[in-house]
Amino acid sequence: MNYEDLLYELATNDKRYIIITAENRAAIRTLPQKISDQFLDTGITEQTMVGVAAGMALRGRIPIVHALATFLTMRAFEFIRTDVGIGNLPVKIVGAVPGFLSDANGPTHQSIEDISLMRGIPNMKIFCPADEDEMLKGLTKVFADESPFYIRYNNQKPLVEHDDFEIGKAEIFGDGKDIAILTYGFLFNQAYQAKELLEEKGYNIRLINLRTPKPIDEDAVLNAANDCKLLVTLEDHFITGGLFSILSELLLKNKRTADVLPIALMDKWFKPALLNDVLEYEGFTAIQVAEKIINKLKP
Amino acid sequence: MTKDEIKKLQDQALRVREHIIRMSGNGGCFIGASLSCADLTVFLYNKFLNTTKDNLQDQNRDYLFLSKGHDVPALYGTFVELGWMEKDRLKNHLKTNDNIYWHPNRNIPGIEFHSGSLGHLLSVSLGVAVDCKLKKQNNKVVTIVGDGELNEGSNWEALLVASAHKVDNLCIVVDRNAFQANMQTEDLIPLEPLEKKFEAFGCSVKRINGHDFEEMEKAFSSFPFQKNKVSVIIADTIRGKGLPSIEKRADRWFVNFKDEEVEALLKELHGVAKAELTSETLTVR
Repeated sequence: MNYEDLLYELATNDKRYIIITAENRAAIRTLPQKISDQFLDTGITEQTMVGVAAGMALRGRIPIVHALATFLTMRAFEFIRTDVGIGNLPVKIVGAVPGFLSDANGPTHQSIEDISLMRGIPNMKIFCPADEDEMLKGLTKVFADESPFYIRYNNQKPLVEHDDFEIGKAEIFGDGKDIAILTYGFLFNQAYQAKELLEEKGYNIRLINLRTPKPIDEDAVLNAANDCKLLVTLEDHFITGGLFSILSELLLKNKRTADVLPIALMDKWFKPALLNDVLEYEGFTAIQVAEKIINKLKP
Repeated sequence: MTKDEIKKLQDQALRVREHIIRMSGNGGCFIGASLSCADLTVFLYNKFLNTTKDNLQDQNRDYLFLSKGHDVPALYGTFVELGWMEKDRLKNHLKTNDNIYWHPNRNIPGIEFHSGSLGHLLSVSLGVAVDCKLKKQNNKVVTIVGDGELNEGSNWEALLVASAHKVDNLCIVVDRNAFQANMQTEDLIPLEPLEKKFEAFGCSVKRINGHDFEEMEKAFSSFPFQKNKVSVIIADTIRGKGLPSIEKRADRWFVNFKDEEVEALLKELHGVAKAELTSETLTVR
């Protein structure tokens, strides 16, 4: 099963679903022929597409909209905020090639402020799947949820088979007491491999996959803050507004403090290149992440 | 339409204007724009839309979207006249115990969607219209846009999409009062020739006097004007219509009138005497 198969199955079983795209059919290429009465392409019009989706939702539909993450969350931001957000309508916003996945496209296509923007909208929830396996496991529940949802689309091949999905619940690997690596989305694979590398060196690691940065799993984060000597946030997002900010807010809200190593994009766009080279150049490979953590732990 | 029917609509529109004038005190409202489209809202709900108090949740109802949201007092006044809303509720204008403020809130029965940010409801109403067509329903979807609002490019983007999808159950009504917020449209961002612009975007267009019920009936009765095309009615209106002391005045866009001015305007509406106005307009943008 892939993303298209899942949409096809959901749409044929539930006529409320309508698949909409702003001429971004990469993930849904076979659907127009198969479910033409539940498919709409508005052309390269992100804001109009979001408005149309809001109108569809007013009629009881569950619209699933597709465009590049950066254009959706920024060009159409006010339409998402005003029409979908204020309306609290169940529009599912699927952003393609988010974060590092836009690899060689250049900064115009880098969606690395999307978590910050989307989480600022009341009622909006966010799903950042680690890979295709987690995306497919999560989407049925995400699409069925009554809230508006932003989805950081990610069909990368999985390293592990994921646990069952529940909105607002993290997936936790290990009960390590030295270091907790907190992450979401595409960088999960690097985090998972960094955990293995660090464990080979004798460190005791807990990996927390925060599948839905909003609603965040507060217990998972606070337990890690209680149990572990160092918290590491790993994200392909600007340092501002993403996971590091979420963690900071959460700790302060609970009158807690912690030693934190943020690994994120530090107020700059990333160097465009092929994906593996981007990771290497920007210092986000598993080996580099493990090194950064070890360096942080040095006295 | 018989003369009696026209008189009935005119009387109702006069009462809607009274409601608008009363809302222009106690914090004020966008009185000029509300008065320009009052005749249109009265006509649409009485003569064009199948919407009633009892079918406001029915998916087969006709829809009216108010994209130029600052003229919502015209809608509230019309709802009171239709019996959808208690007249006393208008006294809650700008009070925290109700949802009646300067822009529409869909918690009020009859308001289909919130608006206020310009250039939004053409795409939202397009979504509704497309859904009606997909479900093979014959209901009509009307969207009132302001002429100043047409500065927003999102309207033209939505029109491209609407024409591409042949959405002929959508009717766009332009309240062409010839004013932006604080300026005349033609002095800032000229819109004319407006019919040609809409036609170039694939619409079928009629232009009418937006205060003449007979002209309205003639134009709306031929909806949809052409199969597979969006219908557009450019309704030439007068900002502040009914009150010579504020008609066509750029500086009477938004005013918070004093109680005595409200009373004077009510008298002016009924032709007693022109009101003496000293309250200054707010420059909001």
